[in-house]
Amino acid sequence: MAMTVITHPIAAPAPLAFWRLKGFPLIPALILLFIAFVAIFADVLAPHDPQVGSLARRFRPPAWQEGGSMAHLLGTDHVGRDVLSRLMYGARVSMIVGLAAVLVAGSLGTLLGILSGYLGGWVDQVIMRLTDSWLALPALTFAIYLAAIVGPSELNIIIILGSVYWTRYARVIRGEVLSLKEREFVNLAVVAGCSKRVIMWRHILPNVINSAIVLATLMLGIVIVTEAALSFLGVGVPPPKPAWGLMLSDGKKGLMVGYWWLTVLPGLCIMLMVLSANLLGDWLRVKLDPQLRQL
Amino acid sequence: MKQYIARRIGYSLLSLFLLSLMIFLLVRLTGDPASLFVEPGAGPEDIATIRRRFGLDRPLWAQYWHFIASFAQGDLGQSFYYRMPVLDLYFQRLPNSLLLAAVAMTFSLLIGIPCGIIAAVRVGRMWDSAGKIFALLGLSLPSFWVGLVLILVFTVWLGWLPSSGSGTALHVLMPAFALGWYFAAAHMRLTRSSMLEVLGSEYVKLARLKGLPEAMVIGKHAFKNALIPVITLAGINLVVMINVAVVVEVVFAWPGIGRLLYEGITFRDFPVVQGVVVIGGAMIVLVNLLVDIVYALIDPRIRLAS
Repeated sequence: MAMTVITHPIAAPAPLAFWRLKGFPLIPALILLFIAFVAIFADVLAPHDPQVGSLARRFRPPAWQEGGSMAHLLGTDHVGRDVLSRLMYGARVSMIVGLAAVLVAGSLGTLLGILSGYLGGWVDQVIMRLTDSWLALPALTFAIYLAAIVGPSELNIIIILGSVYWTRYARVIRGEVLSLKEREFVNLAVVAGCSKRVIMWRHILPNVINSAIVLATLMLGIVIVTEAALSFLGVGVPPPKPAWGLMLSDGKKGLMVGYWWLTVLPGLCIMLMVLSANLLGDWLRVKLDPQLRQL
Repeated sequence: MKQYIARRIGYSLLSLFLLSLMIFLLVRLTGDPASLFVEPGAGPEDIATIRRRFGLDRPLWAQYWHFIASFAQGDLGQSFYYRMPVLDLYFQRLPNSLLLAAVAMTFSLLIGIPCGIIAAVRVGRMWDSAGKIFALLGLSLPSFWVGLVLILVFTVWLGWLPSSGSGTALHVLMPAFALGWYFAAAHMRLTRSSMLEVLGSEYVKLARLKGLPEAMVIGKHAFKNALIPVITLAGINLVVMINVAVVVEVVFAWPGIGRLLYEGITFRDFPVVQGVVVIGGAMIVLVNLLVDIVYALIDPRIRLAS
């Protein structure tokens, strides 16, 4: 994520000098890169199969605690699956679902935002009223509702999260387009005889891409938390796939007897990823787009 | 003014209409609703019976009309699992959700407002950054995880608080905190920016020129005025809290609306799920309308601009 974001440096003097910019959140960026690395190479890095365990080795504590062993560095869960391996594969699920959902929401929202802002008139009215009623549904409740209808699967989760969160893009992008379309270069394009489609695609879109990227980083955190919540409730990623939200849900089984690692560790992973994305997004927001500072 | 209010009401009605249409169509677009009403693997004649009983064999527009007409009469259908009207179930659970939201809001304001004020008064210094990090943490931690960790610490390790259920004042503390922290972040941010705006205003400068002590300037002149937007947001968030507490309520087995929704999903009790979502949406449309009208009453610029 961090890499794609940084290929559009507006304030950067040289393409690769982004990290020297004032206040660049280096640690959050590194954390995100690390999680991405683990997610990509989970096959190689994970010491055990994340979906197969043995009941003989259930509820083993982490290695540093009494009863723990080096074979399972972070312990095992209620069916004896290795927690470390599950966390690694869980990173993959979170990354894929998070990025894909943000991409779906971003494309849909940006498209509708541009159409609404540029075309105006009844198109604008329809899209904005649709956005209003969409926003009236509390996002999490709406997602749970959709998930309950279509049933749990990774692809469904991506589509659901995308279709729940596109509204924020549509609102912000529309606002930007409204001011962009009064600008000189758009008027010149009209005079030059460009069609509406060409203007929207070639002249408006490149100018709102920055805002879309900022929104995407800020959205990544929200989407990942929602995915975890859906999985936790049993309408997200279907078991036995290792997703952090599912691990938290399974962890409840050992909570009351104090098997803390099953609850604390997946949550810490979610927190690290979301906090990093938020810090990076916060920085980008101020850096790339002064208009969004109030967001 | 009347025209403005009429237009806002019109928009809200339109939103409600689109909302109902959306919910109505979504169920039907994603599959035969009759299949939601029966156990998986039911025979075709069972499904046909269900279709007839719920009027699913009639044309779409007739179904939609029936859906709207019964909703307008407060009839959200019967719960399959509890065998009672969805609306009755809803009102049975509502007081619990209100209690949870009220306590959560108290936590959230008690944390958010002081942090916001300190951050604004000490802008750019250590306290400001500390406040920001605290707020970002609140936004980044899934509330259900906060809840689980609270249970681990205060129930399992310390044994101070009950882990789940309701009944005593102690029961509400942990779920309310887990829910409130997330919103504390938003309240802190708004308090901070609103305080900064007020602190830069003419009358605060005047109060300072008069030689009032700084504590008096901040406490009496700035704080009171900075509080207005925060209270508005708190009002909206109270309604939002009622509707998004699902996961926290599930973690703590709190018998509120969120848990009702969750039970609806687990028992495939579709009218319950649909009812909770529709009422939640209607609630938020209504609150937004109220806020729009109140703001227009207070601020002439808003009603004249549109």
